[in-house]
Amino acid sequence: MGQLIKDLADWLVEPTRYSILTTALLAAVLIWRKKLTHPIVFGTSMLGILAFFIFAWGDVNFKAIVTKPDNVPILILLISILFFTWLALRRAVLNDERIERGEPTLEGELSKQKVFTWPDLVYIELICMVLFTALLMVWSISIEAPIEEPASQARTPNPSKAPWYFLGLQELLVYFDPWIAGVLLPSFIIIGLCAIPYIDTNPKGNGYYTFKERPFAVSFFMMGFLLLWVSLVIMGTFLRGPNWSFFGVFEYWDPHKLEPMVSVDLSVYFWVKMLGMPRPESPLIREAPGILLLLGYFVAMPPILGRTLFKKMAAEMGPVRFNVMMHLFLWTALVPIKMVLRWTLSLKYFIGIPEWFFNV
Amino acid sequence: MDKLFRYIASTQIWRSIFRHGYPDTPRNRTLAVLSNVVLHLHPVKVRRSGIRLSYTWCMGGLTFFLFLVETITGLLLMFYYRPTAELAYQDIFALREHVPIGVMREVHRWAAHLMVISVWLHMYRVFLTGSYKPPREFNWNVGVILLVITLLLSFTGYLLPWDQLAVWAITVGTNMARATPFLGHEGPGAALISFGGLNFIHAGDDVRFGLLGGRFVGEAALMRFYVLHCVGFPLVAAGLMALHFWRVRKDGGISGPL
Repeated sequence: MGQLIKDLADWLVEPTRYSILTTALLAAVLIWRKKLTHPIVFGTSMLGILAFFIFAWGDVNFKAIVTKPDNVPILILLISILFFTWLALRRAVLNDERIERGEPTLEGELSKQKVFTWPDLVYIELICMVLFTALLMVWSISIEAPIEEPASQARTPNPSKAPWYFLGLQELLVYFDPWIAGVLLPSFIIIGLCAIPYIDTNPKGNGYYTFKERPFAVSFFMMGFLLLWVSLVIMGTFLRGPNWSFFGVFEYWDPHKLEPMVSVDLSVYFWVKMLGMPRPESPLIREAPGILLLLGYFVAMPPILGRTLFKKMAAEMGPVRFNVMMHLFLWTALVPIKMVLRWTLSLKYFIGIPEWFFNV
Repeated sequence: MDKLFRYIASTQIWRSIFRHGYPDTPRNRTLAVLSNVVLHLHPVKVRRSGIRLSYTWCMGGLTFFLFLVETITGLLLMFYYRPTAELAYQDIFALREHVPIGVMREVHRWAAHLMVISVWLHMYRVFLTGSYKPPREFNWNVGVILLVITLLLSFTGYLLPWDQLAVWAITVGTNMARATPFLGHEGPGAALISFGGLNFIHAGDDVRFGLLGGRFVGEAALMRFYVLHCVGFPLVAAGLMALHFWRVRKDGGISGPL
């Protein structure tokens, strides 16, 4: 029985299924938020996770990966993300119900009253500081900061991992070349975050939790932050071992585990498999299908979506804002699209011009 | 006891520091906030909704607190740390071996991890309450830059223990810079920047070389990261934090329904 649960857990967290599961979970929580954010449902799931932890604690491999000193913060991240996502959605559900009934929001009710900073706010801050000082002391006394062997350029550790907060980007290196995963996408994340207040013209939902009044904004942000950032950090920490191979949480990190990686460029699919001829010599002609496809994606999608699915949004935002938002959205969407194509069609590159280091 | 407190509060020294009585009246509570350089970051009165933990999660304040913890513990660590390739590892190792009940390095490291998490959660909360909306657009941008600086602070500090974990994490992290379009020697477009078959962008002068001060993570990189970690980024962060807090006040305090 125990072994069965472990095998099932390892089977479920394999990258493809892990991504499908986390996506499905977020979608379900957002769609059935009223039922799923009920305190009893949330409490039960938390107890379920706790029970799983207690069960898994007995496993050597699980314990080794979870209690690694530098991995403890990621556990804290996981738990706090679950808790705060629930809290925010719960309050959004309550507020949406209140708005529907024409009542003021939870925040609106209290915002009329003003209290003195001393003592009401100062005491909250003081208690927070004392609690976190205590937490840091206990944590620091019980877990020693790691120090490994002295630095050596000659010996490369396996796996070599970036600091944990960049592991999402390192995970993307499986699917994209460094110039996209390490340079372009981080830049777009920063630019995109900065652009948020200027492209979101919806005046509602300012200063209180709500979902109904800004469904697209909240869903898009949660998709980016929870699915493409936090969950990839968690995956990179706990599920990626030597050679960046995938390892289940109950699996031993065997450095000899090999995963065959046979992936094929789009140009091979087009010229060799579809037309049955060798690929043309000139890179531009060879990669023409991929270039056209991506150009079509970035040039044609905004007007198409602006006339169909996002018609109302396009009208409200105006052309400049809408196009900026669409391009950020399309780049965000390209990440899961490429991942799915890799899993299903073993697609390597849309455009693969290694001669110019230009691979997409 | 009561008499003693009363006496202390009546001395000239006490009254020269605190220019108000015990804050139990509206007047003294106002003065307690207004006449204190730290507390006057706050307004005298705040919205009741804005200080609820279930609303703010206290993540911004916690981040600032952790920054202070990092400053104090970091200062103490600097006493014992020499940023050279020969001595860095020894010094860190000695901290563990020779300092009884030494926890400063632990506090520094765990608080740094916690700070990254609290910054993310702060951003999450601000987004979900729509607090970036007018009039707070600019302050959200300051916040984004502060978030990036927090990550850079943590990233530069990651190298300083100079052990295998540190050096290879930074190697993995900075390898990306090689592939910067046009400016990295393995980036798309770099080959275009050439003259008469001579490439201007190569491993000895691209962005990565600029970041590390060399072709690999070596002594020069250690010094660069040390200076940025201890002086450069903290100064920028402190300046931007002052701007961030000031703008919170100017933009109407902790956000709430309009």
